[in-house]
Amino acid sequence: MEDFKPNIIGFLCNWCAYSGADSAARAEMQIPENINIVRVMCSGRIDPQFVLQAFKEGADGVLILGCHPGDCHYKEGNYNALRWYALLKETLEQFGIEEGRFVLDWVSAGEGDKFVRITRDMVTKIKLLGPLTLRKD
Amino acid sequence: MSKPKIALYWCSSCGGCEEVVVDLAENILKLAETFDIVFWPAVLDFKRADVEALGDGELAFALINGAVRMSEQEYMVKLLRRKSKLVISHGSCACFGGIVGLANFSSKQEVLNTVYKDLPTVNNPCGIIPQEKTEEFGRTIELPAFYNTVKSVNQVVEVDYYLPGCPTTPELITDAIAAIVEGKLSGKGAVLADSRVLCDTCSRRDSKPERLTIAEFKRVYETELDPERCFLEQGVICLGPATRGGCKERCLKGNMPCRGCFGPLDNVSDFGAKCVSMLASLLGAKDPQDIKKIMDSIPDKAGLFYKYSLAVSLLRGKVNE
Repeated sequence: MEDFKPNIIGFLCNWCAYSGADSAARAEMQIPENINIVRVMCSGRIDPQFVLQAFKEGADGVLILGCHPGDCHYKEGNYNALRWYALLKETLEQFGIEEGRFVLDWVSAGEGDKFVRITRDMVTKIKLLGPLTLRKD
Repeated sequence: MSKPKIALYWCSSCGGCEEVVVDLAENILKLAETFDIVFWPAVLDFKRADVEALGDGELAFALINGAVRMSEQEYMVKLLRRKSKLVISHGSCACFGGIVGLANFSSKQEVLNTVYKDLPTVNNPCGIIPQEKTEEFGRTIELPAFYNTVKSVNQVVEVDYYLPGCPTTPELITDAIAAIVEGKLSGKGAVLADSRVLCDTCSRRDSKPERLTIAEFKRVYETELDPERCFLEQGVICLGPATRGGCKERCLKGNMPCRGCFGPLDNVSDFGAKCVSMLASLLGAKDPQDIKKIMDSIPDKAGLFYKYSLAVSLLRGKVNE
C-alpha cells in the first residue's frame, strides 16, 4: 500500500474555500498533490449526485469546503450543504464508504493553513483506508 | 394474415408484474385478439425451445419483468432481445433492479449464507449450498449460475421502453400496447409514465405548505395519519417530490406515503441522491446537533432512498467488498 496515492475530489465554494486554497498557494504552503479542485459557486449548489459521480469515476475521497456558518455569500447555502451532507454521509456509510472518505468543513478566504491541514489529514486517513473499489459483476 | 407475436417473461421478480397483466381484466382479451402470445411462462406452457425456434426480430415486442441475477435470466433476456423488435422493461425490478436489487448491499456469499444457513427457520445441518454442478447417483445436475450483482434489464441488453412501478398499473400497460399498435410510441428509451413528479399531481397537494421546516421525522406507525393532508406536512417521509408520477396514487389512497417505485425523472443519474437532496431541503435546523437528531429519526437511510433503484445507482451497491 506504500505506493497508493489517494485521489481526492474537492468541491470548493468560490467565495471562501477557493480563496482559502488560493491563499495557501500564494503563501507557498505545500498542498497535497492528491487533491483535485472543482470550483463551485456555493457549497449549497453541490448536488449529492456530484459526490456519487466522483466516487464512481474513481475518487477515493470527496471533500466539500464552504464558508463558515453565517458567512455564506448567499446567506443560507452552506447550511443547505450541512444538511444534505449529514444525510448523505450516513447513507454512504451503509454503502461501506468510511467516514474519512467524505468530509465537509469550513474554510474562510484567509485560512490557507486550515485548507492545507484538512487536505493533509484527509490524505493520511485515506492512505490508511486504502483505495475505494466499486462493486463488481 | 397471422397476428403479430409477443412474449412475456419474468426474471428475478415476485410475480406482482404478472399479476398486473392479469389485472388488465377484459382488456387481456383484446391483447389476445391483436397479438399471438407465443411465450409466457407464468401462464402458458411454451418452452424456451419455442422461443429459440423463432426467427430474429419475429416478436413484435417482449415484456420483461424482474431483475437479472442468474445466468439463465441473462440468457433468456438476450434471447428475447434477439427475437424481438421491441424490448420493454416492465416493472421496477426490470427498470431499476427493484427490491431484489437491495441484495447489492450484500455479497453473493452473504446472501447464500443467510438463505441456506443462518435464517432461524432453515434446517440445513450439513450446510449444503446449491452448486452450479452437482454429481449425484452418477448424474450431473446443473443449476444456473448465481451472479454477485443484481442488474436491471438495461444493464444486460438494450431496452426500448420502460414501464416503471412496483407493480406498474394496468392502465399504463394498456396505453403502451395501444401506442405500439398505433405506432405512436414516443422516442426510444422513453419511460412510458408521467413526465412530472408525483407531488405535482398529488391529490393532497393543496395541503402542502409553501415552505416546510421539518424538525423530526415520524414513522407511519408512530402517528395517526390524516388521509387528506400532505404526508411531509405531517412529518412523515414521502418520496413523492422526487418520484415520477403515473402510479394513480395507489399508496396514497391507502394512506401510505410514496416510497419511490416509479423511480426518478429523466436526467437524474441517482435516485437516492435526489431523495437526499429533496429531504435535506425540507429541514430547518442549522445546528449540527439538531440536524443529527433529525437524521437519527430516519432509520435505514440507504434502504429507504434506494429501495427500488440500488442496482442502477451510481455506486450499484456496497463498495470495497
